[in-house]
Amino acid sequence: MDLFAAIGMPEVPLFPDQASAHAGRVDRLFFFILAVTGGMGASVGLLLAVFAFRYRRRTAADRTPRITGFPLLEWGWTLGPILPFAVMFAWGLAVYRDNYAPPPDAYEVFVVGKQWMWKVQHPGGQREINELHLPAGRPVKVTLISEDVIHDFGTPAFRKKVDVLPGRYVTVWYEPTAPGRYRLFCNQYCGTGHADMVGAIVVQRPDEHSKWLRDHAEGSAALEGRKLFLKLQCVSCHRTDGDAKAPVLEGLYGRRVLLRDGSTTEADAAYIRDSILYPAKQVAAPWEPVMPTFQGQVSEEEVLLLVAYVRSLGRGDLPRPNNDTPPPIGAPTELPNAGGAKK
Amino acid sequence: MSTDLEVFPPLRPAPPSEPQAAPPLPGAAVAPSYLTEPHGWASWLFTTDHKRIAILYMVTVTLFFFVGGAAATVIRLNLIAPQGSLVSAELYNKLFTAHGIVMVWFFLIPVIPTVLGNFVLPMMIGAKDLAFPRLNLLSWYVFTAGAVITLTAVLFGGVDSGWTFYPPFSTRSSYTYVVPAAVGIIVTGFSTIMTGLNFVITVHTLRAPGMTWGRLPIFVWSNYATSLIMLLATPVLAAVLALIAVERLAGIGIFDPSLGGDPILFQHLFWFYSHPAVYIMILPGMGVVTELVTCFSRKTLFGYKFVAAASICIAGFGFLVWGHHMFVAGQSLLASIAFSALSYLVAIPSAIKVFNWTATMFRGSIAFEAPMLYAVGFILLFTIGGMSGLFLAALAVDQHVHDTYFIIAHFHFIMVGGMVSAYFGGLHYWWPKMTGRLYSRPWSRLAALLIFAGFFLTFLPQFVLGYLGMPRRYHHYPPEFQVLNVLSSAGASILAVGYVLPFFYLFHSLRWGKPAGPNPWQATGLEWQTASPPPKHNFEQTPVITRGPYEYATGGTDHAR
Ligand code: HEC
Ligand SMILES: [Cu+2]
Ligand SMILES: [Cu+2]
Repeated sequence: MDLFAAIGMPEVPLFPDQASAHAGRVDRLFFFILAVTGGMGASVGLLLAVFAFRYRRRTAADRTPRITGFPLLEWGWTLGPILPFAVMFAWGLAVYRDNYAPPPDAYEVFVVGKQWMWKVQHPGGQREINELHLPAGRPVKVTLISEDVIHDFGTPAFRKKVDVLPGRYVTVWYEPTAPGRYRLFCNQYCGTGHADMVGAIVVQRPDEHSKWLRDHAEGSAALEGRKLFLKLQCVSCHRTDGDAKAPVLEGLYGRRVLLRDGSTTEADAAYIRDSILYPAKQVAAPWEPVMPTFQGQVSEEEVLLLVAYVRSLGRGDLPRPNNDTPPPIGAPTELPNAGGAKK
Repeated sequence: MSTDLEVFPPLRPAPPSEPQAAPPLPGAAVAPSYLTEPHGWASWLFTTDHKRIAILYMVTVTLFFFVGGAAATVIRLNLIAPQGSLVSAELYNKLFTAHGIVMVWFFLIPVIPTVLGNFVLPMMIGAKDLAFPRLNLLSWYVFTAGAVITLTAVLFGGVDSGWTFYPPFSTRSSYTYVVPAAVGIIVTGFSTIMTGLNFVITVHTLRAPGMTWGRLPIFVWSNYATSLIMLLATPVLAAVLALIAVERLAGIGIFDPSLGGDPILFQHLFWFYSHPAVYIMILPGMGVVTELVTCFSRKTLFGYKFVAAASICIAGFGFLVWGHHMFVAGQSLLASIAFSALSYLVAIPSAIKVFNWTATMFRGSIAFEAPMLYAVGFILLFTIGGMSGLFLAALAVDQHVHDTYFIIAHFHFIMVGGMVSAYFGGLHYWWPKMTGRLYSRPWSRLAALLIFAGFFLTFLPQFVLGYLGMPRRYHHYPPEFQVLNVLSSAGASILAVGYVLPFFYLFHSLRWGKPAGPNPWQATGLEWQTASPPPKHNFEQTPVITRGPYEYATGGTDHAR
């Protein structure tokens, strides 16, 4: 804005950056609605101005006609708006719908919101706080959950936001196009530090991003999850040997699971999270509901690591039970298949 | 205030068609005004006269308007600097909560029905009072009791949950006086229900002979529609706030997922009330504007049936759009589609009203007295506010601007630009009727213009801020948003002057204003056919109505039907 610069003011943006293809689509719709409403508003304003001037009271004896209506006109402006409104509705829906169709090959990131920060986990184990590094030119799917109250992951440069709920995974996806640093806001009021729950979305060129990932690698999320899996004694039940009393988790992710009540459900992240925190909610057939809840023992971030681990399990990947560490609180003191434990 | 009081320019005498109210019998003693008889403060506190109760309400809601306005002032001052240097984040959060709660429940919802409606609605239909005068008085006591509870909680303890009380924040994470505030709001809800009930029954049973439904002033129609919403929606608010209290106090999981509850359930229930509540706030304002536009254009209302039907449609459709507050909250795609479509539908009756008001001015004889300035301001600001709603109803745009300053601007255009303007317009219109006095013409017109200009400067920049992405409820913000925020705060200071001015010249008029006479605006409404201020029972004799409410025209063509 030269105008502001000229009078010694800081640069004042009047329109947000566009950092994804979706942003352009939203803006086009925005300008369409602006044109239609601007046209309607300007005509009303113009009429008001013309009437106000033309029909201003000149003398106390002005005569006015008795006009009680004009049905054609009235039906016209009752039904007339339906067409432009229908276009706005349909266009809005068409652009919004792609929220529900993240491309299957998207890069996946996990985010936990808590008062008052964003914690980000990359699949390769990289973690960040209040920053999210993304590669340009590649779709990214973000799975989010809150540790406490409702937050909202707002990314104006992508024209997207999503409420981040406690107790439930939500997803949003972007296709960043323009490398740069963009603002990240919490948009849902969450308490004293609400305005501090801000950060940056850093969109990098693919090569820069790979380098960033390499520099920040710590051991993949799945590997961290494996450590937890052993530490929490999950493996004492979920094992491949003998007459196990719990399902083998290998190859579980993405499969359809038959439940004891006869229904089936997809083993997605939410299902695995529920299995860990609320095991009684959905019990896999034909097993007994003996799995203890791990509520209170694991944070949402740790649950995400466990999910990443279960997800990574292919045939033969489950470790053998490790009996050096005690069973988790609440777990049965006897191993489900005590006796055949050691081979 | 100086002495530049003026008599309004003499208007043409009332149209020569049949008189609406029979003139007082010659020689009959003129009844004393409701203001003077009976005497003493007890006679006011125990009055059952709808006009006195309207004055009681006026005193209380005016007080709350200034309380809510004071909070807004501090908010706008704090936002002049990006780091929010005036108050702490804790205090800021309590301030915007106080601003929202006080303005919504203790000003916008009650103000037009309980002040203007209470005063003129019975007179407009030729009744002596509302159907249940004692219930009317009780409603004021209940309202005041609820307000005292909530205001004590909000002002002396502080509540930081936002006026929306979203759990689980409000139930587990807010260490403030949430429950007392909610209790006060629930109590106030009962008074809303009492008023709604009273209005509905009054309109059904107390219309004077000849006052058919097709002759009801639109102000009556819109208060009737409002009352229906009050009756149907308010109980849901009471229920949902009670559930918040239960979860907070007893730890029973209703909304908090960690206790097995569902936070989205709260949002559904809350907006099932709060969206219709938006129409509780705006419909009476639309009624006022209809009275003003016809009177000051000296024209019959264009499309009476459409305008009346639009009120009822708004009341009905208003119950079907609550989910548009939850497009990013995790509701299903199907629900979002339905709520988006229905939100466009509800825009149509509002548009009808705007077109009809404009058409009413066509070939009129338009006088720009203060009430008319407010009415025209209302039409412009309401149109902008309403049209910004078309952006929000589009799913993809809402996802971008939801919970930003775009929303703040949108509803302030409707609530402040629309509703508060309508109230001020109505107040200036009926003030001579209520008090028997005329106020300063130049000062009143100046105030209306200041409010209009200040309003634009305050809220237009907020649309830009919102599209840029500035979130609402932020105590501090990134520096690139400062210039627009400073503009907004500058506008707010003009707005504040505009709102404080009437306080002075209206008070001044009480003592020094010229006597208004029964009908200073040469209006056709029944309320103008009796003395100003009116006698206790409104009319010397029950009027008999022989024509429609807006027979202003004095000649020329007739395009009826
Ligand atoms: C006491 C034995 C036991 C322990 C310890 C245990 N589980 Fe389980 N788990 C079970 C049983 C039995 C089932 C099947 C019944 C059900 O769905 O609840 C199961 C089911 C599951 C499922 C769903 C599998 C499917 O096929 O649908 C997952 C995922 C899971 N457990 C993960 C874990 C993780 C992660 C841990 C450690 C944090 C763990 N479990 C600890 C016994 C156990
Ligand atoms: Cu927040
Ligand atoms: Cu709404």
